[in-house]
Amino acid sequence: MTWARKILRINLTAGTVKEEALNMEWAANYIGQRGLGTRYLVEETDPACDPLGPDNKLIFATGPLTGTTVSTGGRYSVITKSPLTGAIACSNSGGFIGAELKSAGWDMIIFEGKSPSPVYLHVQNEVAKLVSAEDLWGKSVWETDKLLHEKHQDPQVRIAAVGRSAEEGCLYAAVINDLHRAAGRSGVGTVMASKNLKAVVVRGTRGVGNIKDPVRFMNSVAEQKQVLAENAVTGQVLPALGTQVLMNVINEVGALPTNNMQEVQFEGANNISGEAMLEPRESDGKPNLTTNAACFGCTIACGRISTIDRTHFSVENKPEYWGNSGGLEYEAAWAMGADTGVDDLDAITYTNFICNEDGFDPISFGSTVAAAMELYQIGAITTDQTDGVELNFGSAEALTWCADQVAMGVGFGRDLGLGSKRLCEKYGHPELSMTVKGQEFPAYDPRGIQGMGLTYATSNRGACHLRGYTVASEILGIPEKTDPLETEGKADLVKAFQDATAAVDSMGLCVFTTFAWTLDNMAPQIDAACEGDWTVERLAEAGERIWNLERDYNIKAGLTGADDSLPGRLLKDAAKAGPAEGRVCDLDKMLPEYYELRGWTPSGEVTDEVRQRLSLPA
Amino acid sequence: MQRSLYIDPDKCTGCLQCEMACSYENEGVFNPSKSRIKVFTFHDEGRFVPYTCTQCDEAWCLHACPVEAITMNKSTGAMEVSDSVCVGCKVCTIACPFGTVNYNQDSGKVVKCDLCGGDPKCASACPTSAITYVDADATGLDKMRAWAARTDNAGTAN
Repeated sequence: MTWARKILRINLTAGTVKEEALNMEWAANYIGQRGLGTRYLVEETDPACDPLGPDNKLIFATGPLTGTTVSTGGRYSVITKSPLTGAIACSNSGGFIGAELKSAGWDMIIFEGKSPSPVYLHVQNEVAKLVSAEDLWGKSVWETDKLLHEKHQDPQVRIAAVGRSAEEGCLYAAVINDLHRAAGRSGVGTVMASKNLKAVVVRGTRGVGNIKDPVRFMNSVAEQKQVLAENAVTGQVLPALGTQVLMNVINEVGALPTNNMQEVQFEGANNISGEAMLEPRESDGKPNLTTNAACFGCTIACGRISTIDRTHFSVENKPEYWGNSGGLEYEAAWAMGADTGVDDLDAITYTNFICNEDGFDPISFGSTVAAAMELYQIGAITTDQTDGVELNFGSAEALTWCADQVAMGVGFGRDLGLGSKRLCEKYGHPELSMTVKGQEFPAYDPRGIQGMGLTYATSNRGACHLRGYTVASEILGIPEKTDPLETEGKADLVKAFQDATAAVDSMGLCVFTTFAWTLDNMAPQIDAACEGDWTVERLAEAGERIWNLERDYNIKAGLTGADDSLPGRLLKDAAKAGPAEGRVCDLDKMLPEYYELRGWTPSGEVTDEVRQRLSLPA
Repeated sequence: MQRSLYIDPDKCTGCLQCEMACSYENEGVFNPSKSRIKVFTFHDEGRFVPYTCTQCDEAWCLHACPVEAITMNKSTGAMEVSDSVCVGCKVCTIACPFGTVNYNQDSGKVVKCDLCGGDPKCASACPTSAITYVDADATGLDKMRAWAARTDNAGTAN
């Protein structure tokens, strides 16, 4: 243990609820959460299926350490096929619902088919049932959360839901849990809505136990919590500034993509930074940031709880947005800030609230608005399409208007909901889409951080920073400093980060622990908790197995090595300023070596030899 | 020296490590719903507040109990429930003005904080020192120090 050893299988077409035993042989090989959920998806679905059709499945999966007292052990992932990329989607979220699901006695929920009418799933320990959600359809995530809490008369139920953007088909809609935590990327919320599934409501009072070696476990957990507390990043910087500490750091190294990645530095970076969130504002003397906040069991507490200035144009007549809610994290602040050229902290805090309230990914949203602004800049989009709104880079009014449109799925918001790739294709300029495999970039320019170019190109879910965060090494020197402008050695670094991260995700832990922990700090904790011998080597191998399984899924879904690429802008147009001035991303110097290290063919396919070595399904 | 749990909500991040430590010590599972200390989230205000029994000297629960199942532990000052005596009548849960005595359906007894016999696990699990276990006669010391630090050295009040 501590797998609950039970799966909840929900057939939405038939409206049935079934209990099944967890496949423990798979758990031994794929750990849990991301890895195990993917193993089930591979077994049960055709990778070539329509992501928004009834044949796709939607899996909510916890890890073996989810719900335990291991620091950050409260996470779950949503695994499915992405409508944005056509590749595997696996979006990881914190908050509290993952631990609640485990505490109710379930490792995983598998949703299959499509409900004939809107429903939500209510899980109360052993009892699970589908309930009509006709009255919730068309409501925002926040409204849905409020109504369900009232209906169940239990302040302790935990809720994950999709919003109006998902219902309206926005391709990067998220699953939002606990009001402002998101399984955010790749449109997992769009898949959920396509199944007419509005929400998952969970109450678990059984608890998580069955620790293999309780004394060793509690000692190891206490020791590793201390490591997080004493580390400068996890102990001081993240609680104080959150991930937003990166805004000024990344700008200084010339890797802060600006104006749809036309520039690599942003003049207004400091105005939207973690430091700016602490500055008292003129109107009420309060800073943007009220407090930091933790997800379940997390002793880092990087979360931001913020307010918007009540006198700001975005909310001055909307008192419903005057309270506290989830504030800006770096990727969101970058996408809706630097990438759109907007340096208005209150405007991007507002759009962040809207992303949570109506359930869409702020990274893909911000990047798509940035692409739209460039299309407007060159005249491919005009005010004819935007109800007269001028989509200028730097316009906070345009940004907040875009968020409102996407939230409701109306007007130009329907175009923006297509994502950057389809938007740029629609308006005749596919080269302006800053995406890999159809998913928008996060906040690091690979011209200034070369390893991230390889990370993005090879990420199994499209451009993503959470599949191999080599920024840690290249910029922050964790665990060892490498030169961000150098390509040599990056194939190795990227592979190691990708494999380790797959293991971290699959255990149920947060990747932010890796600023202080390596697998060396995690292995003793999972080994003391769970049956079987869990060593660093076994975790790394499981991570490699998971990575290859995801890759194999993508190849079967029709992707090829040609999809491991970057937009021409990053490969051909040199950075115009900063330490990386004159550089492009030299992906071609890293990719062949990476394929070789992976043991793949020169065109990027998983070989039978690798399949055999890692005991992957055929 | 008796010690008391001292709670500073401003330091709480809402991580629930205290609830897990409490439920694990008392029930053998990580289970916030069975914790004797609860963290309340006030979302609109952006506040997290841990709350538990303060071990009243003239304890309502102790006086209300018809079978004398609640007694004071002389060394820790904690009001402790004896499971072998408690009949689960729940009168103490009504008597407690603070709501910190609660019924446990599984055992048919009431449960409340007993300071873990003098080593409260919530305090040692708290990563931010929002919950500390301090000299019972000096729980105000930190607040006094904080206010003392704000006094104006210059000594003028103009």
